[in-house]
Formats: sequence, C-alpha cells, structure tokens
Amino acid sequence: MSIITSGITQAFYLILTLNPDVMQIAALSLYVSLIATILAACMSIPLGALIHFHDFAGKKVLIILIQTLYSVPTVVVGLVIYLLISRSGPLGFFGLLWTPEGMILGQTVLIVPITTGLVISALGSIDKNISDTLISLGATGFQKVVQIIKEARYAILSTVVLAFGRAISEVGVAMMIGGNILGQTRVLTTTIALQTGLGDFGFSIALGIILLTIALIVVVIMNLITAGLSSESQWVLGGPRS
Amino acid sequence: MIRISGLSRKVGTRNILDAIDIEIQPGEIFTLIGPSGSGKTSLLRIIDLLDNPTSGKIVFDGTDTATANSVRLSIRRRMAMVFQKPSVLNTTVAGNVAFGLKFRGVEKGEIGTRVREALDIVGLSHLADRRAVTLSGGEMQRVAIARALVTRPELLLLDEPTANLDPVNTEMIEDLIRRIHQRFHTTIILSTHDMIQGQRLADRIAVIMEGRIVQVGSIHDIFYLPKNKDIARFVGIDTLVKGIVESNEEGHAKVLVGSVIFEVITPCRPGTHVALFIRPEEVTLALKDGDLQKTSVRNQLAGTITKMVPFGPFIRVTIDFGSHLTALVTRRSADELSLGVGMTVIAGIKATAIHVIPDSG
Repeated sequence: MSIITSGITQAFYLILTLNPDVMQIAALSLYVSLIATILAACMSIPLGALIHFHDFAGKKVLIILIQTLYSVPTVVVGLVIYLLISRSGPLGFFGLLWTPEGMILGQTVLIVPITTGLVISALGSIDKNISDTLISLGATGFQKVVQIIKEARYAILSTVVLAFGRAISEVGVAMMIGGNILGQTRVLTTTIALQTGLGDFGFSIALGIILLTIALIVVVIMNLITAGLSSESQWVLGGPRS
Repeated sequence: MIRISGLSRKVGTRNILDAIDIEIQPGEIFTLIGPSGSGKTSLLRIIDLLDNPTSGKIVFDGTDTATANSVRLSIRRRMAMVFQKPSVLNTTVAGNVAFGLKFRGVEKGEIGTRVREALDIVGLSHLADRRAVTLSGGEMQRVAIARALVTRPELLLLDEPTANLDPVNTEMIEDLIRRIHQRFHTTIILSTHDMIQGQRLADRIAVIMEGRIVQVGSIHDIFYLPKNKDIARFVGIDTLVKGIVESNEEGHAKVLVGSVIFEVITPCRPGTHVALFIRPEEVTLALKDGDLQKTSVRNQLAGTITKMVPFGPFIRVTIDFGSHLTALVTRRSADELSLGVGMTVIAGIKATAIHVIPDSG
C-alpha cells in the first residue's frame, strides 16, 4: 500500500514541478502520435473516398480485409516494419530504425486501416438523396465527392480522434521500432513498461496519469464532435455557427 | 422545350416506364399525375439526367441527351429538380441555397445577391443563417425550391413537392409554384398523386399508370372526359354504368342501363355499347319527384341509399337504382334532407354532366 501512496505522491510532484524528463517524454509521445495521425488522415480520406465512390470487383472483400486490420496486434506491425527498415531490410538505407520517424511510420501503418475503414463507413452513412441532390444541382463528379466528404466531416473527425487514441496508447511499435532510447525514442508507454520493471513506480504512475489525461481529452473531443453538443463547440471544431 | 419519345426503363425484368411519348412546351406547367409507384419519380429522374433510360430518346431544347457526360452536365445545369423528400446539407440555409451557384463557378458577390433574392421569394430571408437541418419539413421544402430557383433554371422539375406536408404548407408551396411560374415563366414539370393539386396548378396533365402515359390533355379532358375506367376511377369518378344507345337525335341520345333510360349527349349511334361516367359532385339528391322538376335536370332516378361515407366536409352517398350511383353532398344538405341508409331518394343528373365513351368490353 505504501508503494502505491508514495508512488502517487511522487507522481504529482513530478507533474506539478514540470519535471523535464517527464515533459520531454510526454512531448515526444504527442509528437510521434500526432504526426502519425495526420499522415494517416491525409492518406485515408482520399483512399476511403476512392474506395467508397467506385464500384469494383472485390470491393466487399477489400473492406472486410481493412476491417480485420482494425485489430492487428501492435507487435505484428512492429515486426513487419522492423523487417522492412532494419539495416538489412529493403528500406534499411533510410536509417529509420531506432528513430522517432521510424515510430511515426509504424504507428501510421497501424492506424491507417482504422481511419480508412471508418472514413468509408462515414461516407456510406451520408444519405443517397444528398448525392442525388448534389448531382441535380449541377455538381461535377469531383465537386460532389468533395461536398460529401465535407458533409461527413464530423464522423471523419471523430475517426481521426479515435485513431490518435490508438496511436498514443500503443506499446508494441514504439518499443520494437523506437527501442526506448532515453532522450531519443522514449515515449510514455515504453517508459511505463520499463520503469515499472525497475520498480520506479512514481515515475510510471506520473506518466500513466498523463496518458490517461490525454485519453480523457480525446474522449471529451470525441463526444463534442459526435453528439454535436452546442453549436458553439461545433463552431470551434469547424462546424457552422448559428 | 423537351421531347421524349419511345422512352422506357427496365429494372431487372420489371418495366418501370414503358413507351413514354410526351412533348413539353416552353413555359407550361405540365403535371404528371398517377398513383404511387406508377413511375412519376422515375420519369422525372430520367429527365433530370440522374438515371438513364433503357431505350428511347430525350431531346432537350434540340439536343439529344444521350451524349457525352460534359454535355449532359451542361444540360443538367439548365434544369433544377426538387425531390419529394427534401434533403438539406449540414450547413446554413443560405449555404444550402448557394450550392448550385458555387458549382457553376459564380462569383462570390453575385452568389450573395442571388441567394438573398431566392430566399426572399420563398419567404425564408429571416432564416438565412440558421442551420438547415433544424428546419421543419415545409421550410426544408422551401429551401429546396429556393436552391433550385437560384440557378434560374429553364426547366424546373418538382417531384411531389407537397406529398409530406400539411394543408397549410401545401397551400403555401402551391402558391409559391404559381408565383415562380408567373415571374420567371419557367417551364415546370410537376408530379403529384393528388388530382386536385393537378387541377389547381396544371396547364396540361398526363396521367401515368403502371409506367405508361395513358392520357394527356387539358384539365377538363382528364377530369370530365377520361379515356378509360382506370383513369375515371383515379380522377374521382365513382359512377360508371354500362348501357346501350337506344336512340340518337342530333346528339341527344337515350341510353338504356338495365331498365332505366339515361338522357345523354353523345354522337354514338343507336346500338352502340357505351360506358357512362358520372362525377359524384354532379349528382343532386332530392326526396320527392317534384323537387327537381323546375331545373333542367333531365335524368331523375329513384333509388335506395345503400351506403354513406364521410369524405372531409362531404358525404359520399351510394344509391342503388339497379346499378350503383355515387353522389357527393355536403354534410349540411345531408342533414337538411335527413338522409339515411335505406331511404328512397331521387338522384338528378344533367344530360351534359354525363361523359359517354364507347365501351369495347
């Protein structure tokens, strides 16, 4: 019991004094996962639109495949990316192993299926009448696609937030690709795993609290978006103000 | 304006539309009228170039519409369609109305002016900044009309624009359609299953049934001279009796129906089998023979009331005189005559109120 209480006390001390190590680790976590999320979104929105707006053989199979990859284990992604970017791998010459950039690559690969799959269902949830209305109003094919993506913006945004949550909370890729190098690739999750093993519970609890706080913020944003609470919050998130 | 010939559309093995031939004149209000599922929406969607016909041709202002997509887009941009179920995009009312102009690359300042003008016409200026998804059904339909109007279409397609609305909103939309037509002389094709609405708005009416156009004509033609039994039923003629022309003197004919003689106006020769259509509102009821004599009512039939069904402010009274006849009377006159099932009444019908067509079957 005393381990826990002293751990929590130490944790608050570390957070409140803005301990440089803690801050540096939290900042790197945010950096890696944010960039990965942005990259995934940039790929998934056009990719999802491409899949949604075209009919081709094997479309259903492809979507099922993408949905299966929602739950791909992080260590499997870690393994695949490791094999690709290790010195002897086909992408070895980029020197991405044990770097934040390598971790960004890994997390991007991890969450692209989620963002793509959910972008497809977000677009699919837009009423067929909206599409007819847009065509009837004289939209070109491209104008129609852009408008429907805009119409699905809240659902797409919540998808992106969800994907960020998965990226920042995963350990497998960060550990296997980053290597948990102090000051270079050490992020919240890998630190917690390491410090707990070393018996440094205060540090682990502090980082755990930070991670949970980030999760809380993510959930709050999700709720604001999906429930579309007040028009004011929607406006803040890019929706109409009325 | 638009000429449709030999048009059909098949989905699977089902004929949604079959052998449609119509020509719509510039500036007219042309109404497609028919029961639900008769193909009205399908036809409008094909005219708006949203769907393709299986066969047949649509020529819009001299251009065959079976052509390259870019040409179809430019033709589509000369029309506008309002759908039965209005769908608005999740933005402001003004933003919704602006879409057509944005797609056409109209310059921003002009979009503002024209959106305001269109909202003014439909009476929604005060809601310009509201989120469109929060509007009522009637308001949404007006947004949809403003959105169609703002592009100044040459042809406006309205698919059952009042089907989901209450009477007050229906009247408002009908009024709006009339005002738009007067102000812009837009050619309008309107579909409705409400024959009274067709009567209120149309210059010409086409009756569409099971994917075929069964009759095209003026309001008078459709309502008083229906071509066949189904159309007659649909436009509200309940009474259809069959008989044989007994004699004909310069168009004034006597027709024997069972044991009763009807006096009618028809060129049909004696011996012809005919069907007589009688609109229920053309039948007057009296209690005794004498009551109707002063009028020019040539046909007076004694019969027994077999059924009385309320119909809004009216009552449909079915009378058995050997065959069946339906009369539409106001509640007030039903009360005054104290009509009831089983009573014997005299039904009066003017000779000119009976529509006669030769009966093949």
